Amino acid sequence: MSKNINVALIGNPNTGKTSVFNQLTGLKQKVGNYPGITVEKKEGICKLPRGVKAHILDLPGTYSLNTTSLDESLVVELLLNKNDKDYPDVAVVISDVENLKRNLFLFTQIKDLKIPTILVINMADRMSRKGISLDIEAMEKKLDTKIALVSTRKRQGIDRVKELIADHKNLSSAPNVDAKRISPEYFERLQKTFPNEDLYKLWLVITQDVNFMPIEKKRIEDATSFATKSKEELKKLQHKETVLRYQFINNTLKETYKVDFQAAKGLRGSLDRILTHKIFGYLIFFVILLTIFQAIFDWSSYPMDFIDEQFAMASEWIKNTLPPGVFTDLLSEGIIAGIGGIVIFIPQIAFLFLFISLLEESGYMSRVVFLMDRLMRPFGLSGKSIVPLISGTACAIPAVMATRTIENWKERLITILVTPFTTCSARLPVYLILIALVIPKGTILGLSFQALTLMLLYLIGFGMAIFSAMVLNKILKIKSRSLFMVEMPTYRLPLLKNVAYTVLEKTKSFVFGAGKIILAISIVLWFLGSNGYSEDFKNAEQIVNDRIEQEGLSTYSKNYIQNNIDAYRENALAEGIAPEVIQDSIQSMTHYLRERAEAQEIASYKLEHSYIGRAGKAFEPVVKPLGYDWKIGIAVLTSFAAREVFVGTLATIYSVGSDEEETIKTRMAAELDSSGRPLFNLASGISLMLFYAFAMQCMSTLAIVKRETNSWKWPLFQLGFMSVFAYLVALIAYQILI
Amino acid sequence: MATVADLTQGQKGIIKDFAEHVLPIKLLELGCLPGNRIELIQVAPLNDPIYINLSGSHIAIRRSLAELIELDIIEENQAL
Repeated sequence: MSKNINVALIGNPNTGKTSVFNQLTGLKQKVGNYPGITVEKKEGICKLPRGVKAHILDLPGTYSLNTTSLDESLVVELLLNKNDKDYPDVAVVISDVENLKRNLFLFTQIKDLKIPTILVINMADRMSRKGISLDIEAMEKKLDTKIALVSTRKRQGIDRVKELIADHKNLSSAPNVDAKRISPEYFERLQKTFPNEDLYKLWLVITQDVNFMPIEKKRIEDATSFATKSKEELKKLQHKETVLRYQFINNTLKETYKVDFQAAKGLRGSLDRILTHKIFGYLIFFVILLTIFQAIFDWSSYPMDFIDEQFAMASEWIKNTLPPGVFTDLLSEGIIAGIGGIVIFIPQIAFLFLFISLLEESGYMSRVVFLMDRLMRPFGLSGKSIVPLISGTACAIPAVMATRTIENWKERLITILVTPFTTCSARLPVYLILIALVIPKGTILGLSFQALTLMLLYLIGFGMAIFSAMVLNKILKIKSRSLFMVEMPTYRLPLLKNVAYTVLEKTKSFVFGAGKIILAISIVLWFLGSNGYSEDFKNAEQIVNDRIEQEGLSTYSKNYIQNNIDAYRENALAEGIAPEVIQDSIQSMTHYLRERAEAQEIASYKLEHSYIGRAGKAFEPVVKPLGYDWKIGIAVLTSFAAREVFVGTLATIYSVGSDEEETIKTRMAAELDSSGRPLFNLASGISLMLFYAFAMQCMSTLAIVKRETNSWKWPLFQLGFMSVFAYLVALIAYQILI
Repeated sequence: MATVADLTQGQKGIIKDFAEHVLPIKLLELGCLPGNRIELIQVAPLNDPIYINLSGSHIAIRRSLAELIELDIIEENQAL
């Protein structure tokens, strides 16, 4: 069989392009990035009739080929470059039956590039409800194309799309609108200067900020026989082009597209009246936000506990099954502990992406933008900033990318700079474990202190984002014209499959992205923690045994033994076991616990004198004023790669230091500082939480900010400002509370 | 001269000729062309942005942009 057919899916946003893509490719799709830029590239394979295969590329949504963003110029660049390996043999333009007129605008532009083009009219199931009737045959003639009427919701029409793709050789590639009509005199001259080039392509290169292989913009500007027009004149011509296209479209639809407004009924009007209402609008938004947080903190705790147990068991199982040795230690203590630290996030991340994708798919997100725009503006933000700020609670990386929809550069830059303050999911495990350790269990007005603390941390993050936006708005001197425009799509029930794909995909990329860093760091840490060069490290066993003989066990070990015995006695008494029996058991238990305590003391002495112990001790003076010891210092330092590393690092450090299977939390609770009080107390705990709330500890975010702002200036500014601020706040908090 | 910003909720108007370079091309592509209809659907709680139906496209724009689009308001009795 000949080579695969290259198919490009193109369409306006909100036309169900992704649903069509999902139904064409099924699970055979892969999501990557375009080389060098962060625009998501979705491609997949579709099997066609007669054993032909199609390679399907889902291009970013765009209203036209007049580009204003990176995503859009990518579409134009591909369509202009015949040498690109993805250059389509056939373009499939997805349109929405309710917005056909506007969708056809893009269609005529693509048609004019002389690419064989199929028109998919999606959402056909809404036709009768909206009183729409179409004359497909006449429309095909007028537009000089083939049309497939599709309903992705009812799974109708996809086979027709496949057939048309397989049959692409029979499609016409004649243009709809003759480019010369825009300005006969101007295009005449253009043709003379570049006799071998296509006029409409030339026109796109001239008016857009794109280059394509055979012709560079510069060459056109340099051509002596040909004077370019001023920007103003070009804009006039673009206007004329728009009018011409709409004339053609109106002419086409006049006879082929009928709407009976009497029959039309829709929820949009009445729903909008409630959802964007002065009071109810905000109330509903607030309730939705509350539900999302409830899901993240409450509902997800069940699967999280389950995952936690599984990893503890897996670690134990490996220790018991594999022969003891360096490799087993690395596996059970380094790798499993590290991976466990990331897998445990899956439920929360999935919930977050689930809600965000539901809000976007249903069309509600646009209403939030509409509601919030005026409120956000005094802070130098746009209504569209709300989407990044909410997605920022999942992860700052997609959030920074979501700022692309903000038209105004200053508003966009401020949004990018402040988004990392919102509490991302990577901070969660840090918060959760610290809250469990240092915040008392009591309740006030039926709300637990712990839940309130968590909510407060979210509010602090959000407040800080808003506050710094306000400051940046005053400081930054950037002039940019504001054009704010947001489409309010019809409300739709989200397609389960689309939502599932999004959740799966985002969770996967998060886990693997962060997983790699965590895995690498935990292996390095484990190595550094279980090796050392000093005499102290090598003779640890001897030194500790000598000390125990002379001075007895440390206070920590004594507490450890006593706590365990007390707990056992309490349980046993409650179960009604005879006191004599208990006494006997305690004796043998004491012996056993003593052995364990000794082993632990050796292990922690070793750790203290390992490479990592040395490094941590050297770093300790910096974090001491914040109430942290060297172990926390190491965890904070490694967290600059990614915040969630914190718990994993402590898990790795502590499990190197301990011999038994304990959860990381009990291990942290048992840590004592130099004066014998718990290391994780209210003061140091709060200081730590505040540090994590404000510090810029995420390499991936910095990398994304660099790409999106196209300079190192902004990410470095972010790193410096946020980290210094975090240090100061943590310092003040600790010194006040201690 | 009336502009889109002067519409009240539910009121419609017909776009007049305007200085073409003033409006962003995006808006033209969505159908903001002389002769087309605009209906004001909803005004955001703080009076801005405004939510319009622009010859079939439902979009929200800020007041500052709306003030640039001149139109003839269709009076209620005329519309009937």
